[in-house]
Formats: sequence, structure tokens, C-alpha cells
Amino acid sequence: MELLRFATAGSVDDGKSTLIGRLLYDSKQIFEDQFDSVARTSAERGDEYVDLALLTDGLRAEREQGITIDVAYRYFATPKRKFIIADTPGHIQHTRNMVTGSSTADLVLVLVDARSGITEQTRRHASIAALLRIPHLVVCINKMDLVGFDQRRYIEIREEFSEFSANLGMKEITYIPISALEGDNVVASSRVMDWYDGPSLLEHLEEVEIVSDHNLEDPRFPVQRVVRPHSNDLHDYRGYAGQIAGGFMKVGDEVLVLPSRQTTRIQALETMDGPLLQAFPPMSVVMRVEDDLDISRGDLICTPENQPLVSQELAAVVCWMADAPLRAGRRVALKHTTRWVRAVVQEVQFKRDVNTLLRDAEASELALNDIGGITLKTTEPLFFDPYQRNRTTGSFILVDENSNVTVAAGMLTGVVPQ
Amino acid sequence: MEALLTHLDALESESIQIIREVVAEFERPALLFSGGKDSAVLLHLAVKACWPQPIPFPVVHVDTGQNFEEVIAFRDARVRELGCRLVIASVQEAIDRGDITDDVSPGSSRNRLQTHSLLKVIEDGNFDAVFGGARRDEEKARAKERVFSFRDEFGQWNPRGQRPEIWNLFNGRHRKGEHFRIFPLSNWTELDIWQYIGQEGIELPSIYFAHRRRVVRRDNMLIGVGPFTQPRSDEETFEALVRYRTVGDMTCTAAVESEAIDVEMVINETVLARVSERGATRTDDRFSDAAMEDRKREGYF
Repeated sequence: MELLRFATAGSVDDGKSTLIGRLLYDSKQIFEDQFDSVARTSAERGDEYVDLALLTDGLRAEREQGITIDVAYRYFATPKRKFIIADTPGHIQHTRNMVTGSSTADLVLVLVDARSGITEQTRRHASIAALLRIPHLVVCINKMDLVGFDQRRYIEIREEFSEFSANLGMKEITYIPISALEGDNVVASSRVMDWYDGPSLLEHLEEVEIVSDHNLEDPRFPVQRVVRPHSNDLHDYRGYAGQIAGGFMKVGDEVLVLPSRQTTRIQALETMDGPLLQAFPPMSVVMRVEDDLDISRGDLICTPENQPLVSQELAAVVCWMADAPLRAGRRVALKHTTRWVRAVVQEVQFKRDVNTLLRDAEASELALNDIGGITLKTTEPLFFDPYQRNRTTGSFILVDENSNVTVAAGMLTGVVPQ
Repeated sequence: MEALLTHLDALESESIQIIREVVAEFERPALLFSGGKDSAVLLHLAVKACWPQPIPFPVVHVDTGQNFEEVIAFRDARVRELGCRLVIASVQEAIDRGDITDDVSPGSSRNRLQTHSLLKVIEDGNFDAVFGGARRDEEKARAKERVFSFRDEFGQWNPRGQRPEIWNLFNGRHRKGEHFRIFPLSNWTELDIWQYIGQEGIELPSIYFAHRRRVVRRDNMLIGVGPFTQPRSDEETFEALVRYRTVGDMTCTAAVESEAIDVEMVINETVLARVSERGATRTDDRFSDAAMEDRKREGYF
């Protein structure tokens, strides 16, 4: 069975929680006691129907205010796949949650209210999905029951969205007309909307092709830790533990170690279950190499013929997540793959309007939830790939050195030209 | 070749990456090990993550003094087998010292009292990262918790002030006195846990499988009769074929009727289960919708 991670996004009233509740309920993942608890709360509030949204709102403040505060993770499985849902709130101020929830997703599901059509929120969510290079986008046109299941309305919205998204560079967009409240096209195909002959949402989630979503071209192995057991039977053992971040790595391959630029060959790829002949993302393995080299945490193992970019002067797009705005001169800690370095922000180059993806080149600072382009100088060179080529070796976080709080999610775009 | 992992292998790899980050970045990690199925899986993953080195940190058990003897025996056997250090935080000793007061009212449990002993053992051991086997599918408040979950110097969780967690770039930076709870099983479900136990052949305490036990029916749950759970005057004791879906303190863990004698039969039951794991078996989560959220804020597991 495969694993599919997807993130949902929608405005407060798009019925996102209802949709998730429906997916869980109709795929029989809701337990009776959980359903009873929700039914009780619904009845106490005087709702006409059982509010499935209550299944996903976990914290007291959320139930009291009827909103979703934070990213919540939900799980369900069908005989075909296991699903992890990152459920993100739709409020404007929660771009950071959307970025957080989508960062590990294979697919983003955007909800559109069939009555109101494409809104600023829809555009924002689709833009963020595009920015984070999520391979698959699903646009669910919801509340079709409230527009009389009208095919023309569905087509109108689909055309409006595809016109907007033409510039997003999304690999794949799928449109599905649904009614989360009544269950049409969520798990089972809608009988009312017989004019729609595509898959139901669940069918699509079960079938969408995810095998090629990892980078399988560029061998990359960031060293997580050096394993030296120092025991009698493993006296000379020296291995490098880590998770493959790109490409295939095979026993016998010639490899290059950064930053030392020494070359050697892969002697073994192993796990507690035994030796492997090759490994690919996202496998966690221990690698041993033929020569006795000085390799430590934070080093990157690649191949001599396929090397990442190496630079201290970096261009990146960041989502700023702190209250105080980001300006040039700001010093931060930066975590990239398995290493921490210090960095200073050289320049805020532009701010991106997340509704249109247009650049505002006049911007000189980024406020909370802003997305923009910056340049950074790091204390030591990073070994990286552009984010659009590799989501693992192309991403980083920025951390405030005083409060230790994570203040930005960053995507590397390249080296700053000298 | 098909370059795609099965869901269990993908989950395993993710958990191993998390554990290795902690071992690499923290000074004094520890692993909470209750002897329950989730902590058995957690310990197995820790062994795999550190392999071929033995795990370089101690395991900690917060012992209410009211545990199932089968579970304590399993705990001790596993620790002996791995040769790791076991630190026991005893709730009974804290009560005897007068640090906390035992609640002796009918139907009470020492569950909530564990928070004190847990925080004390973390402080005494100077642990800066404490692995726990909690899963996000267990409970609504848990669904919103980070993998690297920050605790202030009072051990408290602040659900609204959590650090964003992006990609798998974990931020474990902290000041002295603060610590992190680390949840490598965040993305696992009860079914994943059982399937993985089957795949890996992980040993469990015998009470997870069907056995005959003397029980009483209380609040529509089956409570095993033992030294800490005596039948009340109006309760009738009878023998039933049961197993435990979760294993905690005897006073707050209920059994379910079951004929599942092996992992495969448990998996089949889990697929068909209509009541959640905590709802079926935990008397402590029935007080209110926010019972877990409140305990967690105070520093609970």
C-alpha cells in the first residue's frame, strides 16, 4: 500500500472541515464514539444536521469560536492507499499554516464555493501550492447542491480558474464538482450530476500517480550522523547515517563528498534489516565508503558527475512567519538539510502578491505571512539544488537566534550573481 | 525498478530520520517506555535508527505503581535484552514523600498524577529531548501537536504558540531548562502500528492478545479485577475473553471483548473496530472533550 500526503485549504465557509469529515465518515474512519460526541455537540448547539466539521476541530478555542487555528493532521486509509491530511485554516493571517501543511504534501486540495466562485483565498492557496512545487492540485467546486447542481456554473468556475492558473506552472490540475454536505462525488459518484464523468474525489486520491514525485535524477545524501559503535566486534566500523534526498545511490558508485571534495566509492548501503544494493528517496540508510575520509554531520555526498550548487551567496523565496518584519541586515540561524549555519539577509528584492503571483520590486521588507525574494550570505557555503529541482536539498528554515523561534520557510532559487 | 516505498516503509524511514536528528542535535535525550505497544514500536525504531550502535540514551518509565504485572515483566525483559539503562519515575514514591497527594475517591486514577513524576524525572535527569509514542490519530488535541513539541521551563505545552514545522527541517533549539517532547510516531495510526508489529515481529506484553480475565462492567467498559480495581458493591464479577487495545495504569485502562490471539487477528479486529482506541478503553478521556488538551497543557505525555 502506498502513502499519499495531501493538504487541504479553503476559506472559513467553504466547507473544508465538512469535506474532511465526509471523507473520514464515508470511508468508515470515524468511530462511533467520535461521531456520537459530535452529534451531541451539534444537537446542543441546535444544528439541523450533524456538523461533521466538529470532527476535526480539536482545541477548545476552536470549538468555542468555530474556527480552525492550527494545522491539524488526519489519517484514513482505503484498501488502495493510506492518506495523511494536513488540514490548514483558510484565514488570510494563516499563510504560514498553509505553507507548513503543504510543505510535505504530494497534493493540494483547494475548495471553491460554487456560489461565490474563485476568491482571493482560492488564488492565494493555489499560488502557495505552486510556489511550494506541489505536484498535484485538485480544485473541488463545493456546495453544488446550492446552485442546483448546475453544470454551467461548474464550467464557468473551471474556466475562470484555468485562466488564472495558466501562469502558475502547476504540473497537473483536476476539477471535481462536489457537495461535501450531501456526499456527491466525495466517495461515491454523484447520481444527480450525471453530466460529470470524471472520478469522485476519493477515486482520484486513490489513483493519482505519485511514483515520480521524488527527485530520482540527482544522487544526494546529506549526512545526518556518523556511526562509530566503538564496540569490540565493530571496532573499525564507521558508517554515515542519513536519508536519501535525491537520485539512486548504488554500491560501487563513485561519490564526491562536500565540502572536502574528496572522492571515494560506496562500499555498503545497509539497515538493521540487512545490506541493500541501492537506495532512493526517502529511504533512511547507513552508508559506508571505501576510503577512510573525514566526513561529518552536515556534509553532502553526491557523485562527481552530478554536483549541486555550492555558494555562500544565495537567492531564495521565503515565507515570513514572525510578527516583526524582515528587513535587510537581519541576522538569523539557517537550517538546510542536516546543517545549521548563520546567515545575514543582504537584501529584500521583491514581495510577491500571493493572489496574482505578481512581483512588487519596490518592497523593502516582508511582514508576517508575506512571501518574497531575498538574498542571503551564509557563514559557510551551502551545497544545494534549486527548490524546483529538489524539495529536500532546496529548502531551508530561518530561526531567530534569541528566541529560537522558526521565523521563515525558504526555497532556494540559485546563486547571487557576482 | 519501482522507486516507491510501501506506507509502512515510508513511515519507518520518516521516524528514523526524526530519531537521528534528535540523537545528533540534543545533548541528553531519553525515551519514554511504558511497555505498551506504541512505545514498543518506538523503541524498535530507535534501535533501528541507531544501529549498529546500541541506543545511546536511557529509557524512562513513569510507574504509577498500579501497572499490569505482565507489562512490567515485558519492560524489564526488553531493557535487559537491549542492555540499556532504565530510569523509573515512581508515582508511589512521590506520594510517599508527600510531593503529591493520591486521589483515593472511588473511580479515581493516578493517571493525572503522572505529570508530576514525569516532569521531575526530566528535570532530575537534565533531559533535553524526551521521545514519546503518542500518535496524532489518538485524540483531537494530539492531532495539532508538532513532532518536535516545545516545552517551557515549567514543562508546559502552549498549543497556540507552537513553532511552525516545515518539510522535515526540525528546529530543536532551546534554552537551558526548556525541553522538547519528540513524537516520531506522529503520523502512524493504530492500524499502522499493528501492521508494523506484524511485519517486524515486534514482541508485546501478552495482555494485548485475547485471554480469560475476571472483569466487571463499569460505565459500559470492561475493567479487569485486580489489586487496584476491586469490584464495587453493586458490581458483578464475571470471567470474559478479553484483550487490551491500550495499556496504561490498571485503574484507567479497560479491556475489550476479543478472540484475537495473534497479530493478524488483531489487525482484522482493528480494521473492523467501530469505537476509537481511547474511547473504548480509557476512562480518563471521558470527562470532557478537552480532557487530553488540559492534561497536555500541564505537561502530560
